[in-house]
Amino acid sequence: MIDGLRHRRRGPARAVTVVVIGAGQAGLAMSHYLGRRGIDHVLLERGEVAHSWRHERWDSLRLLTPNWQCRLPGLRYAGPDADGFMTMPEVVAFLRAYARRLSAPVQTGTTVLSVRPADDGYRVITDRGDWRCRAVVIASGAFNLPQVPALAAELPPTIASVTAREYRNPGQLEDGGVLVVGASATGLQLADEIHRSGRPVTLAVGEHVRLPRHYRGRDIQWWMEAAGILDQRFDEVDDIDRARRVPSPQLAGSAAPSTLDLNALTDRGVELVGRLAGLRDGRLQFSGSLPARCAAADLKLGRLLDAIDGWARDSGLDRTAGPPERLPPTRVPDSPRLGLDLASGVIRTVVWATGFRPDYSWLQVPVLDRKGQLRHHGGVVDAPGLYVLGLPFMRRRKSSFIHGVDDDARELGAHLAVYLDKRNRASTSLSGSCGRGSGKLQPREAADAPDMDSDLGGHPPVHGPGRRGRSIGAGGSRQEQGRSTRTDCRAREQ
Amino acid sequence: MQTAIRPVDNGVNVTALLGAREALAQAPAAARFTWRASCDWVNGTHSRATIEGYHGLGEEQRHKTRFTFDADHPEVFASEDHGPTPVEFVLVGLAGCLTAGIAAVAQNRQIQLRSVTATLEGDMDIQGILGMDGDVRNGFDAIRVTFEIDADATREEIEALVAQSQKRSAVYDALTNPTNVSVRVK
Repeated sequence: MIDGLRHRRRGPARAVTVVVIGAGQAGLAMSHYLGRRGIDHVLLERGEVAHSWRHERWDSLRLLTPNWQCRLPGLRYAGPDADGFMTMPEVVAFLRAYARRLSAPVQTGTTVLSVRPADDGYRVITDRGDWRCRAVVIASGAFNLPQVPALAAELPPTIASVTAREYRNPGQLEDGGVLVVGASATGLQLADEIHRSGRPVTLAVGEHVRLPRHYRGRDIQWWMEAAGILDQRFDEVDDIDRARRVPSPQLAGSAAPSTLDLNALTDRGVELVGRLAGLRDGRLQFSGSLPARCAAADLKLGRLLDAIDGWARDSGLDRTAGPPERLPPTRVPDSPRLGLDLASGVIRTVVWATGFRPDYSWLQVPVLDRKGQLRHHGGVVDAPGLYVLGLPFMRRRKSSFIHGVDDDARELGAHLAVYLDKRNRASTSLSGSCGRGSGKLQPREAADAPDMDSDLGGHPPVHGPGRRGRSIGAGGSRQEQGRSTRTDCRAREQ
Repeated sequence: MQTAIRPVDNGVNVTALLGAREALAQAPAAARFTWRASCDWVNGTHSRATIEGYHGLGEEQRHKTRFTFDADHPEVFASEDHGPTPVEFVLVGLAGCLTAGIAAVAQNRQIQLRSVTATLEGDMDIQGILGMDGDVRNGFDAIRVTFEIDADATREEIEALVAQSQKRSAVYDALTNPTNVSVRVK
């Protein structure tokens, strides 16, 4: 019946050069660069522009990046509160205004059902008709589906289970204790908000990245950006796979400036426990590794601040910026709780702040690795004419940030243009014969591609004078030095 | 990076380890290992364990020599003290694992070690194993490891070595996280 319906509506496929899947910041930024190159394209959007920001985030969330940092190609924040943090309705308004300004060719209310290889490109099947195209840009985001551990399915029915995607506000939870699992940006914010609502919170803490909101009188994002840390490229770090897995830093955007960290939560009465490790005989089991995880995060934070201080000194900022600061070590209970009997009634709800993953269930192109991740090199997917945008540390540390998509979209747009150009020439010279088996036509990295924009891809031009060769990012650390992923990347680039 | 006169040598072949990491990325099945021990009762609380073969890299493997270990309990347990107690072997396993990790990470980070000494303490209330109090667990209720390390590195770098060693330690993981253990009679 559904098949019949689809069949009737389907009809002949429309043709377009590039299909962009998703109309969030990534899809819109790509639309900007494709438009400038005169490449015809369409953005297929399952809902409306900025759909995830509107429908898949909790009520009190604000961006983790300050307003001044919210930049898109050709657009800067011009509002009155440069140091503030946008609420979700503000983000939605910001992106919708951008889409209108671009006159982006967005087809809303269109869900992509599948993308599969077809002659000379791809066929994109949607619930509102099919498209034939030469290239596809996946801009549907990195945070589509909540990643929940398998033991969630074994919780007794008396315990409510809520993912960070479903969570809106404490009012939707039953009264009583709440276990928040995960202590990255999401887990910390939810633990704080839920605990303030009068529901006692236990927070399960695994590996995490500690980051103060402000440092030496400025927002930490200012330092990260100015010191070149956010511009650090994927082919500059020694173990990019690991860098891409680093959890999001413990940051919160709020109306009043404040740092939300584990110490602040402890002060408010939240109980810290180790990573949720198991569920046996109705008893939750927590890892005994809490002190080690906290000590490791403190050490990494110390290294980051050392690097920032070094950069500030070399850049002559020591006189204008506040003095270097060091945060007190994370306080951990003497004997953190190792187990929790669910029958005791201490916990009524478990909130899973255990991360998200992208949804590629519709992608019928063999480009996923055994972990279900896209095989790509800086956003150039392992299939001709297929690109992705907006994944963590995709081309730069800032790739999954709103302002991070500009550089990536410009470079991938350039790569895509070269790809289309070569395909065009190839099909002309072959005078219409089948252009398949043309792997050799793959363009080289965007850094080598001719680019209409003045700032060629490649190494970012701006790094402060004191920028060091070694990794100084929040997730970067000396441990990865000497590993050979770098040679790997280079080899694949050939 | 470092302009050391002598190359850093902690006796760890990091190149081989990193090579293995890359090779196993291509053939993840070969990364499945099974470690084995066998154990015979001798007398009283005295037993003798033997370690020889294991499975890994897709085939049976064998240590260069066969190792045997005597385990017993001390005289305060009315035993004859022919060897360490089994729980002390657990501390040995943790110490060996963390120390090996420190050497490997130091090599990878180009830090020359001169000495590494670990002191381990495990606290236990034996009312648990004696069945005197159901609220007392049998095993350790806390383990403390203290490292004294002399190396060409700052204190922060040494602390980072120890942190990374814990992060990649099999025995640390086995002790801090639950494991399914099945015991059956053949």
